[in-house]
Amino acid sequence: MAEFWQQVVSGLASGGIYASLALAIVLIYRSTRVINFAQGEMGMFATFIAWWLIVEQGWPYWGAFAATLAMAFAGGVLLERVVIRPVENAPVLTVVIVTIGLLIALNGLAFWIWGGESRSFPSAFSTRPIHIGGVAFSIQDFGVIGVSLGAVVLLGLFFRFTKLGLGLRAAALNPNAGRLVGVRVGWMLALGWGLASVLGALSGMMIAPSVFLDPNMMRAVLLYALAAAVLGGLDSPVGAVVGGLMLGVGLNLIGTYVDFVGNELKLPFALVLIAAVLLVKPTGLFGRATVRRV
Amino acid sequence: MPLLQLQGVAARYGPTQALHDVSLTVDEGEIVAVLGANGAGKTTTLRAISGTVRRSGDIVFGGRKIARRGPESVARLGVAHVPEGRGTFAELTVRENLRLGAYTRRGRSGDDLERVHALFPWMAERAGQQAGTLSGGEQQMLALGRALMQRPRLVLLDEPSLGLAPLVVAELFKIVRRLNEEEGLSVLLVEQNANLALDTAARAYVLEVGNVALEGESGELRRNESVRRSYLGY
Repeated sequence: MAEFWQQVVSGLASGGIYASLALAIVLIYRSTRVINFAQGEMGMFATFIAWWLIVEQGWPYWGAFAATLAMAFAGGVLLERVVIRPVENAPVLTVVIVTIGLLIALNGLAFWIWGGESRSFPSAFSTRPIHIGGVAFSIQDFGVIGVSLGAVVLLGLFFRFTKLGLGLRAAALNPNAGRLVGVRVGWMLALGWGLASVLGALSGMMIAPSVFLDPNMMRAVLLYALAAAVLGGLDSPVGAVVGGLMLGVGLNLIGTYVDFVGNELKLPFALVLIAAVLLVKPTGLFGRATVRRV
Repeated sequence: MPLLQLQGVAARYGPTQALHDVSLTVDEGEIVAVLGANGAGKTTTLRAISGTVRRSGDIVFGGRKIARRGPESVARLGVAHVPEGRGTFAELTVRENLRLGAYTRRGRSGDDLERVHALFPWMAERAGQQAGTLSGGEQQMLALGRALMQRPRLVLLDEPSLGLAPLVVAELFKIVRRLNEEEGLSVLLVEQNANLALDTAARAYVLEVGNVALEGESGELRRNESVRRSYLGY
């Protein structure tokens, strides 16, 4: 039983990371119907900046953490204004291809600046075990769970209870009606990119201590996040978070208890599961057709 | 000076010219109707004012030229456009729809919310209901309530009676008239039902293929032979 709970907790930790990145993808998808394939690389790039601040410049961890999130926000807004805005009215496929170009560009830029070797990234949390009910858990896992879920909850409160959050939702749900009540829809899209970029940076900084920092570190995370988003329903922020957590825990348990899967087959196994879910419920677990009377 | 003045306004959707030359005015505290057949340019006239279609010509609202402004900016000046098909946010709740009406204003909107709740008590009781699950009449009232939350100087109402039961329409127009009489709300009304429009408005314009064909006081237009035959049906 001890192993089971250990696997659940560490699954929640990686699930929280998938959930943050999945939520970032869903935020942009909801407002523009575009999947931002560069979301992972944006997080990777931000994580390199955090690494540079902490390791090369000697900043304290949390100071660098906050500065990185601020820069990620500004960077996300800037990318939307400079790269996405010009193709705003182009077909969705065009914009998706632009985001793939952005993925390649950011990846290449990171290789060029920092090189391809793996670097160790400091963790804010101790790797010491903590004993609860006779089972040893890692403090690191609890820290990661706390940070990712904390960010998700804060974002949820922001969307639900602030005027700006309401404006963001209005712009995503019905841009034309949004404009008629004075919502500046163009800026809302940029703001959405900023917030998504913050979530990506967060997931990068949380995953880096366990996978090591290099320009390709977010590839697998992005795939898991996409899987989580599709599983939960691309239209549903709650679905993205639940999907991420389910995926993290599920993969850990399957990797531990199903012999033939092991660590190597986790990803394909996840994709098979998702295909099965989508066959039964194409909108994802939490996606739903909106009820509408006309 | 009138609250709203259009002078030689034209508008097009891609290659299709929808408005050729429209001039009209709305004074402070006045209800003005726009009549016309389908495709005459009634809706486009409202869209030209609110900036949701490309337009040319002069549009002056409250002393400001607005013909080059986008819809966000026109809304912020105090024009509340209730589009045909209502433009409520189906996925948001009743309360959130109302809160969006006050989006451009600083500070609290509690007083405005109370005022809207006084006009439409059910909106307080069903604040948490998704707007998409309301009946057509309720959605139209919600759209009007949201417009009032903007504290508008002018409301643009597009076909408010469309698809609604006669009793609901009567109720809706009673509220519009009451707001006009008690609070001096200015309204530019596009309405397919010409009888109803002329009952409600003090003056009206008749559009034909993107031009103003006739204008005058409601009573005067009622007696006009061609208006009677074309729009009133007697």
